[in-house]
Amino acid sequence: MSEEAAVVNGSPAVAELEQHFEDTVAHDRRIEPRDWMPEAYRRTMIRQISQHAHSEIIGMQPEGNWITRAPSLRRKAILLAKVQDEAGHGMYLYSAAETLGADRADLTQKLMTGAQKYSSIFNYPTLTFADVGVIGWLVDGAAICNQVPLCRSSYGPYARAMVRICKEESFHQRQGFELLMTMMRGTPAQRAMVQDAVNRWWWPSLMMFGPPDNESPNTAQSMHWRIKRHTNDELRQRFVDMTAPQAEALGVTLPDPELRWHPDRQHYDFGAVDWDELKRVVAGNGPCNAQRVTARRAAHEGGAWVREAALAHAAKQRARARQVAA
Amino acid sequence: MSIDQAYPAEVGHGAVPMADAAAAGPVRADWPLWEVFLRGKRGLNHVHVGSLHAADAEMALRHARDVYTRRNEGVSIWVVPTAAITASSPDEKDPFFAPSGDKVYRHPTFYDIPDSVPHM
Ligand SMILES: [Fe+2]
Ligand SMILES: [Fe+2]
Repeated sequence: MSEEAAVVNGSPAVAELEQHFEDTVAHDRRIEPRDWMPEAYRRTMIRQISQHAHSEIIGMQPEGNWITRAPSLRRKAILLAKVQDEAGHGMYLYSAAETLGADRADLTQKLMTGAQKYSSIFNYPTLTFADVGVIGWLVDGAAICNQVPLCRSSYGPYARAMVRICKEESFHQRQGFELLMTMMRGTPAQRAMVQDAVNRWWWPSLMMFGPPDNESPNTAQSMHWRIKRHTNDELRQRFVDMTAPQAEALGVTLPDPELRWHPDRQHYDFGAVDWDELKRVVAGNGPCNAQRVTARRAAHEGGAWVREAALAHAAKQRARARQVAA
Repeated sequence: MSIDQAYPAEVGHGAVPMADAAAAGPVRADWPLWEVFLRGKRGLNHVHVGSLHAADAEMALRHARDVYTRRNEGVSIWVVPTAAITASSPDEKDPFFAPSGDKVYRHPTFYDIPDSVPHM
C-alpha cells in the first residue's frame, strides 16, 4: 500500500477508490487522466514521463552536432528527420506529463537546473560521423527494448505516446545500421572508425537499462503498478541477445571478451558493467553533462523573445478582432 | 557569455564549458495549451492525439502538423483551447453513464427472433 493510502487509512471512500484503482491496474486496464490515483503513482508517473521527455530533448544534441557536417545531402536529410523525430517524442511525452497536472514550463526549468535527470547516455560525445550510425543502431536499439513494453504501461496517455514513438524508432535504428553497413563496405579507415565508435558506445548502451536488479529498489512497486513490465537485467539481456548477431552481420567486434552464446541458457553471457561509471555520469561528472544543460539553457533563453513576441502578436490580434466586433 | 563558450564544438572531444551552469531567472512567457484532433483519412472521425502549446490558433495548427503528422497521419487537423473543453469524468463507475447501463433494450441482441426469419 502506498504511504498516502496509509495516512488516510480508515476513510472508506479513499479505501474504495484505492481498491478500484488496484483492480483497474490488476486487470490490465488503463488509468486515465481524471481517474482517482494514489499520489505516489501520480508523482512516480510525472517523474518517469518527464525524465523520459528530457532524454528525448537532450538526445537531439549528440546527433544534432553532425547535421551541418553530414557527408551527403541524403545523410543530412535523414539525420535532420531523425533529430526532428526526437523533438516530437519529447513533445508527446511532455503532453502526457501535463495530463497528470505537471506544468510544462516547470518541467523545462527542472531540466535546466538539474533538478530532474535525463538518460546518462547523452552525456557522451559524438566524435566522428560513425557515432551517428552507432547511436541509431545501439542507443535507439536499446531505447526500443525499453520502450516496447511501455506501450502497455498502465497510464493511458503514456502508453499511447509510446505507441507513436515506437513506430518511429524503427526508422532510427535502421538508418543507423544502414549507415554503418555503408561505412563497413568503405575504406579500412572507415571500418576502423565504425569499430572505434562501437567500442565507445557499447558499455554506455548497456547502462541505459539502469542499475542491476539487486540495486533497483523501486522495480517491485513499478512492476506492481504496471508502469514497468520487465526488470532492468531482463531488458539488458534481451538487448544483448538481439545485438550480438547484428554485430556479427555488420562485421564489428563488441568490446567484451566475455561475450559468448550460452547454449544451456539460450542467451548470450556478457561481462560485468562498470556501475561506478554510470554513477559518476548520473552524478553529473560525465564527459558532456555541463555542455548538454548549458546548450539547453542557451536555446531556452535565446528563444525567449520569440515566445514573448508570439504572445504579444496573439494579444494584438485578439484586441483587433474585438474592435471589429464592437 | 560568448557563443564559443555556450556551444563548445564536440569535435573538441566533448570539451566541457567552464561557464557557470547554475539556473538563470526563468523567463515566463508560457503559451496556452491546445488539444489536437486528427482525421487520419477520409471517412474517419477526428480523433484526439495529444496536446501542445501555442500562442494562437494558427500557430497551434502549424505545431500540430509538425508534431503529430510527420508521416501522413492526418488529412485534417482540429485544435481546441484546452480550457474550452468541458469533460465528464471518464471513470467507468461514473454515475453520468448509468442511464445507458440498464437499457439493454437499446441493443439488437435484446430481441429473440427465430433463425427461420431471413435477413434480420
Ligand atoms: Fe526517441
Ligand atoms: Fe530515436
